[in-house]
Amino acid sequence: MSLPFIVFFVFAFIAVLGALMLIVAKEPIHSALALVLVMISLAVLYLMLGAEFIAAVQVIVYAGAIMVLFVFVIMLLNAGAEERTDWSKLAKYAGLPLGIFLLLEFAHWMFRSAIGQEIANGSLASATSVSTEEMSRMLFNQYVFPFEATSILILIAILGALVLAKRDDPQ
Amino acid sequence: MDFITNHPVLVVSLVKIALLLFIVLTALAYLTWFERKLIAHIQSRWGPTEVGAHGLLQPLADGVKFLFKEDLTPPGADQFLYILAPFLALALGLTTIALIPFGPPSLTWMGVPIFVVSNTGIGLMFVFAITSIGVYGVALAGWSSNSKYPLMGGLRSSAQMISYEVSLTLSVVGVVLLANTLNFNTMIEGQRGYYLHFIPRWNIVPQIIGFLCYFTSAVAETNRVPFDLPEAETELVAGFHTEYSSFKFAMFFMAEYANMITVSSLATILFLGGWLSPFPDSWTFMVYLPAVLLALLAIYLIYDTFVVARGIAKIQLIVITAGALAITLGCFIPVVRDAIQGPFWFCVKIGAIMFFYVWMRATLPRFRYDQLMAFGWKFLLPVALANLVITALIKVWPLLVGHG
Repeated sequence: MSLPFIVFFVFAFIAVLGALMLIVAKEPIHSALALVLVMISLAVLYLMLGAEFIAAVQVIVYAGAIMVLFVFVIMLLNAGAEERTDWSKLAKYAGLPLGIFLLLEFAHWMFRSAIGQEIANGSLASATSVSTEEMSRMLFNQYVFPFEATSILILIAILGALVLAKRDDPQ
Repeated sequence: MDFITNHPVLVVSLVKIALLLFIVLTALAYLTWFERKLIAHIQSRWGPTEVGAHGLLQPLADGVKFLFKEDLTPPGADQFLYILAPFLALALGLTTIALIPFGPPSLTWMGVPIFVVSNTGIGLMFVFAITSIGVYGVALAGWSSNSKYPLMGGLRSSAQMISYEVSLTLSVVGVVLLANTLNFNTMIEGQRGYYLHFIPRWNIVPQIIGFLCYFTSAVAETNRVPFDLPEAETELVAGFHTEYSSFKFAMFFMAEYANMITVSSLATILFLGGWLSPFPDSWTFMVYLPAVLLALLAIYLIYDTFVVARGIAKIQLIVITAGALAITLGCFIPVVRDAIQGPFWFCVKIGAIMFFYVWMRATLPRFRYDQLMAFGWKFLLPVALANLVITALIKVWPLLVGHG
């Protein structure tokens, strides 16, 4: 067992644990924090694939901005613990086996696919490591149109949110 | 032994982390002493004098006091988050320091640079990533206390941190444009050289507006005067840490100082040439500056020991003086002399910024909350943006003219 291997399993485990906690937790704020945990462990996994920039952006955007907003809303609304019902019978007897089946299917096809084979051979990390400079060069040459289009889309979304929030009273 | 030779980076990093933690935690403790002394002298008082000579043992006494105070948890508090919040605040505050280079990367041990724990390609992005999650410590502390003032303080404080993070990040993009890199060491190397043979070619000269924006946002980001709204005691008791006592309170306190060290280090790296000396290379005698300064300190200490001090302070001062003299002599050994140049200048620059921090605290009144928000969004953000656009234009101007 090499060191990166151990680190990978630790953070993969934390990510899965966080995802489970997100669903199981009763307090909305605990769920939100579990999601932060997932985001950060994913960032570590990106880091191990050599994608430094993506890892940092993952933390800044998801953990540092979007989830802060979630936590803010939960704090401001002072949302209490969720009310729970018993599981529906359908979910218990059909949903759970189907979910497990889906997971196994994913695992099967992942393993059969080309990327899966590369991961199994341990040749992926070295092949896909792209420096921040190369990435930005690609982003601003090859993919400059989708990049700019996305930024305009986001701008429109911000303006839309402002207009909706600022809408004057008809009277 | 095999493990050590097989994983030099891991082992050396662990040693460096342990040493750095020790140094930084000591520095944190003595920053409080520095701050109290300095404010006291600005206000014509003495500051701490009783515990140890010149009150030098006061931080230790405070630490012991915090440890032995009763640790209260308010009823109805969210137990887990209430305990997590101070740990999160302090851990994130200390983590950023691992990315800061205190000296040139050329000095190595077992092939690993000594003066930085992690020299990543995009150090700046990681610092921002870690500071961007720092807001959770404050927000969670406020929420989990299950009390009105902390909740208000937490919300206010996190709103302030989020708002000023925007202009903080924007104000340094100009430097990134000039440096063409996100790596700290390359950035510092890029600031080598002199205008007119004596003004250092630091980024603060072309990016003075960026620096002022950065520093203002940094003060707000670390919740210090004049932006210490979270601790506006007339309005909020003590803000988000009202309910915290004992060592958990101390952890918030330490996190604040750790964040101060981080933003000062960042300012030093980005704008003030990091570990570069401000004097031209031809002034070779400047390598003895640390030794001379220490010698002057030692002379003052000797005077203090034998003329001024009384009683037990005399013994303490003798120990300190002996230490200062030993380090002074050590500074004349060529290896040590050359090795300490980088960290020495780095610490001098951080110290200067810290001095400014404390000076402001002793001088300025607090902003009102709406003034704070208006200042951040309506003044600082446009200025930082304009600075960025102008820097970018100047940078691409030759290209535009050349091809146009």
